[in-house]
Amino acid sequence: MEPAIEVENLAHAYPGKPPVQAVMDVNMVAAEGEFVSLVGSSGCGKSTLLKVLAGLIRPTSGHASVDGQDATQSIGVAAYMPQGGVLLPWLRALANATLGATIAGVGRKEATSHARELFERFGLGGFESAWPSELSGGMQQRVALLRTFLTPRSTILLDEPFGALDAITRREMHAWLQDVWANERRTVLFVTHDVEEALTLSDRVYVMSKRPGTLVAEFRSPFPRPRGREIQTSPEFATLKGQLLDALEAASS
Amino acid sequence: MTVAIDLPRARLPGAGSAGRFLANYLPATLLLVALVGFWEAWVQVRNTPSYVLPAPSLVWEAFLRTRGTLPGHTLTTLNESLLGLGIGALAGVALASLMTSVAIVRRVLYPLMIVSQTIPMIVLAPLLTIWFGFGIEPKVVVVLLVTFFPVLVSTTEALLGADRNLIALLQSMGATRLQTLRYVLLPSALPGFFAGLRIAAAYAVTGAVIAELMGAQSGLGLYITRSNSAFRTDQVFVGIVLVALLSLALFAAVHIINRLATPWAFAGKGDNS
Ligand SMILES: Nc1ncnc2c1ncn2[C@@H]1O[C@H](COP(=O)(O)OP(=O)(O)O)[C@@H](O)[C@H]1O
Ligand SMILES: [Mg+2]
Repeated sequence: MEPAIEVENLAHAYPGKPPVQAVMDVNMVAAEGEFVSLVGSSGCGKSTLLKVLAGLIRPTSGHASVDGQDATQSIGVAAYMPQGGVLLPWLRALANATLGATIAGVGRKEATSHARELFERFGLGGFESAWPSELSGGMQQRVALLRTFLTPRSTILLDEPFGALDAITRREMHAWLQDVWANERRTVLFVTHDVEEALTLSDRVYVMSKRPGTLVAEFRSPFPRPRGREIQTSPEFATLKGQLLDALEAASS
Repeated sequence: MTVAIDLPRARLPGAGSAGRFLANYLPATLLLVALVGFWEAWVQVRNTPSYVLPAPSLVWEAFLRTRGTLPGHTLTTLNESLLGLGIGALAGVALASLMTSVAIVRRVLYPLMIVSQTIPMIVLAPLLTIWFGFGIEPKVVVVLLVTFFPVLVSTTEALLGADRNLIALLQSMGATRLQTLRYVLLPSALPGFFAGLRIAAAYAVTGAVIAELMGAQSGLGLYITRSNSAFRTDQVFVGIVLVALLSLALFAAVHIINRLATPWAFAGKGDNS
């Protein structure tokens, strides 16, 4: 079976004097329905890789495909949540949440009723008609996450989706994400710099080196699902986390 | 349930709008009243001839005396201002859209537009009267010429300044150009457009009056020139006050439309305005 995400010898340099070589020699795959994380220090090229997969950046060389389509030639194949969420200031929270679905051609009624249910679950109940500027950073991020999941695509790219969340809300979101993922089995590529988060959520974790970013290590997270807080206190988890942190440290210096 | 750590930014309580209105405008109103009082006292004490500086009480009398003809003049000026502002704003938006979507148009036209603004209206107005006659047409053209530029500039800047992240987001969703226009470019240009329109509204009435000074059949400009040549300085002041009030009304109308059209830009900032 063809993998859902396939990246071969990918390199991208931002033009400039001198050009900024953001990523180089990136090779990775994600099988259909797999949950894959990408960890790396900030500025190493994680967002760049995601933008290439989202079709927003044409890489300088190499190959990338999403769900069998050439990501360097097409756009809108995956559902993409940019870093920081990014909401339209002139749409109310609910309309922001349904934007991706609406653009993808889902009926407004259907999208709206689906979003309404999830607002409660996301701790956003009562804020359906708030403007983004009236929401806290964490709430804005959750609206953006909702928008991404309501976009009917089988592959989802999330760029540090929980960066602005406090620990408790973050845990809630982890539980929700695992739930949805277990039910829908969409392919997820998840960018984070939180090692614990990566191990808790993922099947596999890639470690990216400092710029120019390349994937230097790969870990499998073997814990049985559903995973709760308890796995994080197990000795296996601690060992794996230690190895991952070592790899990350080596890759970042 | 998610708990209260992640509180939304507080919405300011919508205090009584009358109270806010007072708090906002009371100081300015008091100052105005004090100035008018001082003016009245000064003229009375110094015994200034009324053709030089009429007392506010005389201005009020002149208003009552000419009250019959004033609505006609005011309506004419309002009419010219609204027509000119409407056409000017449309032209500004159309040109801004063209200049931001076609780079060559921007390079050719933008410098010309800026040069065009260095021609003083006071020079252009008599010429327009020669070309268009004494009806309302030359006035509308003057208003159009003074109003389209602020709208053009601020709309152009707003369109060029659209957040690239938002455009990229829409692209990543596979949005068409039309959808990007509707969801990103248009709404992000609205606040800039209204900023320009507010300035244009403030210029519009003045533009109409200046054009009327060059020759007209009706309008506040005509009322002012006639009063001036008859040494009715009190009536000149009536004209000035009406011009100011008309400008203010237009300005306020634009502000209200702005609020209705871009509610998000006023969210979380209370209810005052
Ligand atoms: N549009 C751009 N133009 C030039 N350089 C950029 C641009 N975007 C990112 N970079 C640079 O590319 C490198 C990788 O950026 P990014 O992919 O955002 O990293 P990360 O998401 O891992 O923090 C950084 O050094 C950054 O400064
Ligand atoms: Mg990033």
